[in-house]
Amino acid sequence: MDRRELVRFEVKVEVLPREGIANPEGSTIERALPALGFETAGDVRVGKVIRLQVEADSAGAAKTIVEDMCKRFLSNPVIEDTTVEVLNA
Amino acid sequence: MSRRVGVVRFPGTNCEFDTVDAINALGGQAEVLWHSASDLRNVDAIVLPGGFAHGDYLRCGAIARFSPIMETIAAFARNGGPVLGICNGFQVLTEAGMLPGALQKNVGLKFLCGMEQIEFVSTSNIIGVGASAGELLNIPINHFEGNYVCSDETLKELEEENRIVFRYIDNPNGSIGDIAGVSNEQGNVVGMMPHPERATSTILGSNDGSRLLESLLGAQQVTPT
Repeated sequence: MDRRELVRFEVKVEVLPREGIANPEGSTIERALPALGFETAGDVRVGKVIRLQVEADSAGAAKTIVEDMCKRFLSNPVIEDTTVEVLNA
Repeated sequence: MSRRVGVVRFPGTNCEFDTVDAINALGGQAEVLWHSASDLRNVDAIVLPGGFAHGDYLRCGAIARFSPIMETIAAFARNGGPVLGICNGFQVLTEAGMLPGALQKNVGLKFLCGMEQIEFVSTSNIIGVGASAGELLNIPINHFEGNYVCSDETLKELEEENRIVFRYIDNPNGSIGDIAGVSNEQGNVVGMMPHPERATSTILGSNDGSRLLESLLGAQQVTPT
């Protein structure tokens, strides 16, 4: 492939504990919120965000590349789920 | 006994010398292997000790699996070579796919450091030689991410295949099934959160870790299946 056809995409990966996996940080924040008057908050989960740039020939291809990274390295599928978003699609 | 044990040191490992001392005190010959080496110097067994390999960046143990030595250790294990992962070493083994499941933050978000009573569940592995199921051991833990998790199917498999090595008597960290240690199918790869190298003297609280390391020193290479 001609490298000049590649575009640099800005990608955001959100890593969150899987549904059903205890998230002690989220639960602690959830229990603290009512103390400040935020009585209506619930289902608080804490994870992390990874931002990276990747060269690809389309936004879809960039997403596929990063999803592969997630599966193999950026997340641990035993305990984490990921959402990949191409920001400059 | 002059069995040679390689104790792997990643950047950030901090229990390698305790482990070397404990093994040498039991008559073994331990040496530290640097993570970027790809040669195991013909050792008879491998220990991945505790600490913070590669700073535990991304996830505990996640980067360690890219250290050159890990590929050689995976091949060593596939050939039946004994591999024991302690604490961070256990985390490295799960991230490297050599043991199932994962270790996440303790329930209650507390760093835990203290003596724990654990029960031998399966002794069909490299650290269970001479032990019997149901025996109780006092071995200290020292971790923030020791909360063992796995899928329901994996848990069922571990139970059916007798691969749960230890359970906590009083679960300190929220681990599923009170699991403190597991093995692979052949029993030659074991991961455990408690630190046997810190339980090698009654003056310091317990000598129960010595027998586990003695078992490792006597462990035979299993025939690969």
